[in-house]
Amino acid sequence: MQPVVFPNKILPYVLLAPQIILTVVFFFWPASQALYQSVLREDPFGLKSGFVGLANFRTILSDPAYLHSLEVTVVFSAATALLSMAVALLLAASADRVVRGRNVYRTLLIWPYAVAPAVAGMLWLFMFNPAMGTFAYLLRRNGLVWDPLLNGNQAMLLVIIAAAWKQISYNFLFFVAGLQAIPKSLIEAASIDGARGAKRFWTIVFPLLAPTTFFLLVVNTVYAFFDTFGIIHAVTGGGPARATETLVYKVYNDGFVNLDLGGSAAQSVILMAIVVALTAFQFRFVEKRVHYS
Amino acid sequence: MAEIILKDIRKTYAGAVEAIQGVSLEIKDGELVVLVGPSGCGKSTLLRMIAGLEGITSGEILIGDRRVNELDPAERDIAMVFQNYALYPHMTVRQNLAYGLKNRKTPKDEIERRIAKAAKTLEIEPYLDRKPRQLSGGQRQRVAMGRAIVREPAAFLFDEPLSNLDAKLRGQMRIEIKRLQRSLGTTSVYVTHDQMEAMTLADKLVVVNAGRIEQVGTPIELYEKPATVFVATFIGSPSMNLLGGDSATDGWSLAPNFPRPSGSFTIGVRPEDLTVVAEHAGVGDFEATVRVDGIELVGAESLLHGRLASGHDLVFRVSGRAAFQIGDEVKVAAGRETLHLFDAQGRRATLGS
Repeated sequence: MQPVVFPNKILPYVLLAPQIILTVVFFFWPASQALYQSVLREDPFGLKSGFVGLANFRTILSDPAYLHSLEVTVVFSAATALLSMAVALLLAASADRVVRGRNVYRTLLIWPYAVAPAVAGMLWLFMFNPAMGTFAYLLRRNGLVWDPLLNGNQAMLLVIIAAAWKQISYNFLFFVAGLQAIPKSLIEAASIDGARGAKRFWTIVFPLLAPTTFFLLVVNTVYAFFDTFGIIHAVTGGGPARATETLVYKVYNDGFVNLDLGGSAAQSVILMAIVVALTAFQFRFVEKRVHYS
Repeated sequence: MAEIILKDIRKTYAGAVEAIQGVSLEIKDGELVVLVGPSGCGKSTLLRMIAGLEGITSGEILIGDRRVNELDPAERDIAMVFQNYALYPHMTVRQNLAYGLKNRKTPKDEIERRIAKAAKTLEIEPYLDRKPRQLSGGQRQRVAMGRAIVREPAAFLFDEPLSNLDAKLRGQMRIEIKRLQRSLGTTSVYVTHDQMEAMTLADKLVVVNAGRIEQVGTPIELYEKPATVFVATFIGSPSMNLLGGDSATDGWSLAPNFPRPSGSFTIGVRPEDLTVVAEHAGVGDFEATVRVDGIELVGAESLLHGRLASGHDLVFRVSGRAAFQIGDEVKVAAGRETLHLFDAQGRRATLGS
């Protein structure tokens, strides 16, 4: 590769500027603000704030509610990522087999991605609302005591399904592309080699999808950590009894509802650290097992 | 070890496109049959129908006296070598070779034994624990062959296996494939668009054109007695010269006693059968006068491209370096036994006497 030399010294910077400005304004600035705020404590009237060192972090990490929230987040994120990826893979593998009208199926399956998180949450809320939800009615009529407003596990199940549903389209899109990228002759070679159905899928197709799967694992984890705020907010509001209060929801709740800005900032710093660590872990250990062709 | 018999095979795609228009062919046990034709002629489709990767619209395929029309590719007891090798990229060479055997529940020590044997034959032992991406094109080609031979199938199917290799390697692999097929004695069907490859490999050559078989025979038969104009031009390089009608004003002529068929006809003469003769010799059954407008030096011989008075091209071959210049007028001639005569439908017509 020959290095490209721009005759104009300023133009490259001008071209880069939009991206740099975006990153600085929407990432570095808030992140540095979070770091800065996390070592401050604000007085109850918001008139002045004082430096308190790591006191905020100490308070948070010794708070059972925070540790509970961490646990909720782990369960919620793992379940959401796994569920959405598994369903998307199943749909993609099925859509790949369809010959007639495959574009119609694909288009329909991509639609949910265009639904805003809060709206998606509302849809699920209505469907499963114990008072007026159609599905809640059906569940109860079949002998299931359905009440996500009181039962924490049911509430968790509901937000997981809603959050996963929202992400299925995105995952589906990538899995379909991944499946299309597998050379047809490989599948044919496998069928001559006597591998059919599920066996062929797990020994040939799935390993070849590994790069896609890994990428989606990273994206879905980050999604479950951050982007599901809207769904949780709309469906359960973190309840009942904090059963669905994930870390990002708690950041919002403590900061904007309870107005503990310092503590909330400290939480978001920890959250940032967790996601960085998780992504680094995924790249370091999971990616090793991924084959890039 | 098996015979492969095709009985009036047809393939019609949706939209009534008939890709294969009634092909019947018998492939004897242990024979290496090459299907050759231009791209899009249906030769690959035919091979894939034998493999079971394409459905059969009508007709019957028998492999070793067993009707296989409804069988899965895996049950047909065939192994296929693909153009892009189709090696499983996430498996080592060893796993690639073992995969088909494992799926068939072959005992472990038997798998080991067969892999060791195939690896030795193909000289891929040093690479057994490498992944395909760490191999060169030629090595991948060998692994693809290995994957076919460890299966010890009734028949090998080759789908243009050498077309991704460079010319030198291709020549080398061609000889190896031939040798391997001889020593294993496995019935093989080989598809290629390269007539040179086809000529050198085939026990029996099948020329396919537009979904139909044009001619079946040994390479020499097809070269010496092409049944149609298509075969005549397709087999042999450079291709046969074809000239329609005869008249002195076109710059070429046939001897007066030449047995012309009634109606219009085409005369064919191979570049290697034309010899340069003296200006007023009047010797051959076929004579032509051309103006040289191109000289290709191919080492041991030269190809001369000449233009007849009618504007047609005539290619002929002279050994060594041509003592001609562009623009020279040259007279060439050919004997009766080397001429090919085709009727108005493009079919071979027999020369009287």
